[in-house]
Amino acid sequence: MRFSQLFKSAVKSILRNRVRSFLTTLGIIIGVASVIVMVSIGKGAQNDIQNQIKSMGTNIIMIMPGSQNTRGSSMGAGSRQSLTLKDAELIQQVETVIAVSPVTRMSGQLVSGNGNWQTSMYGVTPEYLIIREWSVETGEMFTQKDVQGSSKVIVIGKTIAEELFPGQDPVGKSIRFGKVPLKIVGVLAAKGQNAMGQDQDDIVLAPVKTVLNRMNRVRHIQQIMASASTMNDITKASEEIECMLRNSHGITADDDNDFQIRTQSDIMTRATETARTMTLLLSAIAGVSLLVGGIGIMNIMLVSVTERTREIGIRMAIGARESDILMQFLIEAVVLSSMGGIIGVGISMGIVWAMTALFGLKTSVDLLTIGLALLFSAVVGIFFGFYPAGKAARLNPIEALRYE
Amino acid sequence: MALLISLEHLSKTYKMGDIEVHALQSVDLTVEKGEFVAIMGMSGSGKSTLMNIIGCLDLPSSGSYNFLSRRVDTCTRKELAELRNSQIGFVFQNFSLLSRTTALENVELPMLYNRDKKAGSLPALAKAALEKVGLGERMHHLPNQLSGGQQQRVAIARALVNDPPLILADEPTGALDTRTSEEVMELFTSLHKSGKTIILVTHEMEIAQYARRLITMRDGCILSDEPVGKK
Ligand SMILES: Nc1ncnc2c1ncn2[C@@H]1O[C@H](COP(=O)(O)OP(=O)(O)O)[C@@H](O)[C@H]1O
Ligand SMILES: [Mg+2]
Repeated sequence: MRFSQLFKSAVKSILRNRVRSFLTTLGIIIGVASVIVMVSIGKGAQNDIQNQIKSMGTNIIMIMPGSQNTRGSSMGAGSRQSLTLKDAELIQQVETVIAVSPVTRMSGQLVSGNGNWQTSMYGVTPEYLIIREWSVETGEMFTQKDVQGSSKVIVIGKTIAEELFPGQDPVGKSIRFGKVPLKIVGVLAAKGQNAMGQDQDDIVLAPVKTVLNRMNRVRHIQQIMASASTMNDITKASEEIECMLRNSHGITADDDNDFQIRTQSDIMTRATETARTMTLLLSAIAGVSLLVGGIGIMNIMLVSVTERTREIGIRMAIGARESDILMQFLIEAVVLSSMGGIIGVGISMGIVWAMTALFGLKTSVDLLTIGLALLFSAVVGIFFGFYPAGKAARLNPIEALRYE
Repeated sequence: MALLISLEHLSKTYKMGDIEVHALQSVDLTVEKGEFVAIMGMSGSGKSTLMNIIGCLDLPSSGSYNFLSRRVDTCTRKELAELRNSQIGFVFQNFSLLSRTTALENVELPMLYNRDKKAGSLPALAKAALEKVGLGERMHHLPNQLSGGQQQRVAIARALVNDPPLILADEPTGALDTRTSEEVMELFTSLHKSGKTIILVTHEMEIAQYARRLITMRDGCILSDEPVGKK
């Protein structure tokens, strides 16, 4: 029998039992929909993490103090105070490094004539803006001279500007951070929320020496951030930095580093891997429901073969070959499962859309996922349709004809 | 005349647990092209078993069956299906039409399983077959919208549509009243006149009188084989 004929009669017999066909495909519908939704959420999260890491800046290398071991127990990364401003200056000499900034962070309260604001202050050098790819909107970034002279100047984020100086230009205004009076020299361009929902514009940048020398609380730097000139230079640059710091810290060949180096690509790889594992796990669970859906199809196809024994007998009596009957039921199973797949794709698109539109969840639907889900549902149809179809094809024509 | 069917020492035994039922016992029979044969006999005498074997729906337990000089008893299932499709038209007592399928589609069905038929020609051929049995007006009716006689005529159109040389009918009038039985038998008579070989099973002498040869069976054996026919 020709394929178009088989297809036509398959659709006809599926439509003959609409409700039953729908209930049969429900398993496939749910399976396909959940696979696509899961993968979309996973991919969305993955993209999100990648964007977040990218938004840290370009080709970033982070140097953190090593962990301190007190009586055998590690205090965790950064617990030592092994990094100095001199280290940052040394790193500047690495050829493949284009920008370096020490970073020290403290939280405190900004006090202006208009009110108070709890925020974080970062002690950095002007190159910090290059590393983070940030820019100043009004006014200017403080200079290297300000850093050397521990000048009492700051650059503030957009949120602070709007909160403490609504409708005014904060540049040139005076403000206090805790008890220390400071002058605002610039306002950063708005960056909005980061992927975690944190406001990136709620920030104060100050010269690193100002924070270390005048704030009376922070005495050491917590991190050094550097930017390699190109992506390919990241590994080379971080190796050179390691070598340089070991020398300057006087670490002998047998001893471990008293600092840690992490590159943006390290972080990216690790985060992406985590996200991918999650995606895989979620879609494996969803895939199980596809299999269950397949078993549902097999079940109903077996019932259908029994119900239609006489029809099979008649078809055989007028000359249907085994292969004709096999194909008839196989195509019916595949059409059934593919219909489920198509409906499942439709439903998943609705769910994904709703999650994005109503709950702001980040999702990413790609055609490959949809294609694979559809293909898989068809394969499920073939796989689980084969047994019932074979059973139908092997029927004895006379017994089938006599079946009531 | 050319030989169409030749059965030699043909037996069929059904095993039901420990009991063996000898439905056919060493039957010898030849039928030539263009014959019109009626088979009679009591219920359980093996008429349907014989028809099923001649119709390639079943294989004998022993003995040989030659159809158009071809050994049938050693055929594969696929070869049997192809013989049923192109060489034999089967008409059953209970019509055996596909329900919820129009008369036209029922008649098209044997052609769909025929590899020599072109898809485009099917509706026209099916229509011609239906017109031949006088049902040109009711092509798009479903079986349950047709009377018994009409349904049997659709079944005959279906048996004719691949133009097989042999038409087999197992009690074709068994479910029909006298008048429609006569109509159906007129149809078989005209088919016979157009050159088809016809073998039919019946309980009624009236019906058997339409044939030219009457075979009587009892307990799986052929009891008598004689010329018949007044019409
Ligand atoms: N599939 C079967 N299994 C067991 N016995 C059968 C089967 N088909 C027919 N028979 C037996 O074979 C004998 C002949 O049956 P059948 O050919 O149908 O007779 P008829 O058509 O003349 O009434 C009967 O005794 C019947 O019970
Ligand atoms: Mg019978």
